Amino acid sequence: MSDTSTTSVTPGSVNVSLSDVTKSFDGVVAVDQLNLTINDGEFFSLLGPSGCGKTTTLRMIGGFEEPTSGRIVLGGRDVTYTAPYHRDVNTVFQSYALFPHLDVYENVAFGLRRKKVAKDEVKKRVGAMLEIVDLPGYEKRRVNQLSGGQQQRIALARALVNEPALLLLDEPMSALDAKLRHQMQIELKSIQSRVGITFLYVTHDQEEAMTMSDRLVVMRQGKIEGIGSPQDVYDNPSTEFVATFLGASNLLAGTIASRGQEITAVALENGTTLQVPTARVATSTVGSVVKVGVRPEKIRIHVSGSTTTTGNTLRGRVRVSTFTGVGNQYIVEMASGEDITVYAQNIGEELAPRSGEEVELSWPIEHTFAVRPAENVISSDELAS
Amino acid sequence: MSVDAPSREVPAPLVEGTSRRPRHWGRFVLPTYSWLVIAYLVFPIVVMVIYSFNRVTAGLQLVSFSWNGFTWQWYRQWSNIPGLTSAFWLSLRLAIVSTVIATILGTLLAIALVRYRGKRFRGKAGFEQILFLNIAAPEIVMGASLLGLFVTFNVARGFFTLVLAHVMFSIAYVTVTVRARLSGFDVALEEASYDLGANPLDTFRLVTLPLIMPGVLAGALMAFALSIDDFVTSNFVSGSSAPFPVWVYGASRVGTPPQVFVFGTAIFTVGIVFALLSLLVSKRKV
Ligand SMILES: Nc1ncnc2c1ncn2[C@@H]1O[C@H](COP(=O)(O)OP(=O)(O)OP(=O)(O)O)[C@@H](O)[C@H]1O
Ligand SMILES: [Mg+2]
Repeated sequence: MSDTSTTSVTPGSVNVSLSDVTKSFDGVVAVDQLNLTINDGEFFSLLGPSGCGKTTTLRMIGGFEEPTSGRIVLGGRDVTYTAPYHRDVNTVFQSYALFPHLDVYENVAFGLRRKKVAKDEVKKRVGAMLEIVDLPGYEKRRVNQLSGGQQQRIALARALVNEPALLLLDEPMSALDAKLRHQMQIELKSIQSRVGITFLYVTHDQEEAMTMSDRLVVMRQGKIEGIGSPQDVYDNPSTEFVATFLGASNLLAGTIASRGQEITAVALENGTTLQVPTARVATSTVGSVVKVGVRPEKIRIHVSGSTTTTGNTLRGRVRVSTFTGVGNQYIVEMASGEDITVYAQNIGEELAPRSGEEVELSWPIEHTFAVRPAENVISSDELAS
Repeated sequence: MSVDAPSREVPAPLVEGTSRRPRHWGRFVLPTYSWLVIAYLVFPIVVMVIYSFNRVTAGLQLVSFSWNGFTWQWYRQWSNIPGLTSAFWLSLRLAIVSTVIATILGTLLAIALVRYRGKRFRGKAGFEQILFLNIAAPEIVMGASLLGLFVTFNVARGFFTLVLAHVMFSIAYVTVTVRARLSGFDVALEEASYDLGANPLDTFRLVTLPLIMPGVLAGALMAFALSIDDFVTSNFVSGSSAPFPVWVYGASRVGTPPQVFVFGTAIFTVGIVFALLSLLVSKRKV
């Protein structure tokens, strides 16, 4: 499949859209009023903790589950209640689901055979596909004689060879060990850009989602918590959950004290006031409770009085200092008792503060954000991935 | 018949001490025990096979259990007793027809039992009980009640009633065998087939059936074996057309012609061949 001219990809045009899609199982809501648009050619990820509804969403798009309400439009066609074998979608299953009674060739050819593609053409395309996934000459192998990584690539080949408008992938890397996983991530990404097919990728691994996706959504309890490019969602988290799920964040409770055109001031409980760009504040009403956030790597740490600081500033005492080689990780305790985590890069410039020392923390205003506190307490289970 | 052959381990070098004692014991006892059980199981069959080659020296051509010398006579004259031959062909036709019907119905039933629950299959629990009852109920009861049923509804006893009865007692065995195979079946495989554009019929034909085939074949084998040697039920519902076991039973009151042993040996041989084949198939298909 070296020529992609057969799939007419117009970048930017809508590939699949979900409007108000809800799915409940016996009254338990798994997916809640989901609205989502994925564009042609995108590598799009669904990211979220276990049980947040990722697989359910994917299965509704694939046709294995009917939405309780809402509509799914695929390439301009309403497919909400269309059978899976009538959709131009293919899936890479989490368990791969390769047919154990067929050899590699027959597995990959399965979809083409159903479409009554001519024999020579099948042979050509299967061969080309095995080339793409780097398993040429494996045609006659039985699938249970393959390693995990090879099975995963055959599952990918079996789906991709049909040149679907959309490829669904449900945690295809979860069975692989860390090293192979990393290698396959790079390979998958490069295959995607070569074939130009839209990928909808499900994972609960935030690093995986960030390195591979053009855009991603963070889901929690069946709802979308944040959507955008990885950098956008990371730097500009829209909710407390996104701020803690995607990377680490220091979050401090406070109240909006005043609101200007550019800058909004938030008063922390300990009396300090932090400045936040108004564009990065989730609620604008003065007096409402928010959480002010800053990423650990955005903070500069220095021994009190050693430099003049600009931007937002906090004071505290180093409680724990850990050397990690590429840098130092500090946990700084403020007078209020709240902890702040700081990652400092090991650029050999400053004298590293030691445990027990009084320090000043500062960071530019534009790296500050404020989110509404999560309604439901975020459990540590949800953050473990 | 799948009896594990005693494993032939390479004898380990003898180590002095008591710690190895129990294993020595096990090594000796278990194979002996296995072989005794096997002998117990095959002894009657061996007797039958041997006496199918026994010469008859005096009087009528009936089986006698004194050894008069080896002969191929009964194999050469296998079809000399018309009643026996036609009873055998009847049994064979009966077994084939009832096996095909019972295998199809039983397989579909197994799929329904594994796949559908709740609203899609009301009364499933009751159904499973009936299935169990069908296996557990004494055959004499079923045979007698079937006869009662046929008499009440005035159904002429013959091939048709035999097929009905044999299908009835075979279905449950097929279902149980196929269900065991299905319960380990990954439903994602069928979803993958749909996903690749196969409709439900193609999916059944190309994915489900090939994967449960070993179970289906084992079930069919069971149904065939049950049918070909069934006496109790057949005796009730056969009317004037007696299948092989019923005929043999009738004849044995007067005296068994040696050809009975020839047919018995033939059935046993075919059975062995099938058992070996099914072993091969189940080994090949994972
Ligand atoms: N067939 C089903 N019947 C009942 N409940 C279901 C069913 N499928 C999913 N659920 C429920 O819906 C919710 C979402 O499940 P889903 O499988 O979509 O989660 P997920 O995000 O894929 O999680 P994971 O990362 O663990 O795979 C869960 O609470 C789950 O228990
Ligand atoms: Mg899942």
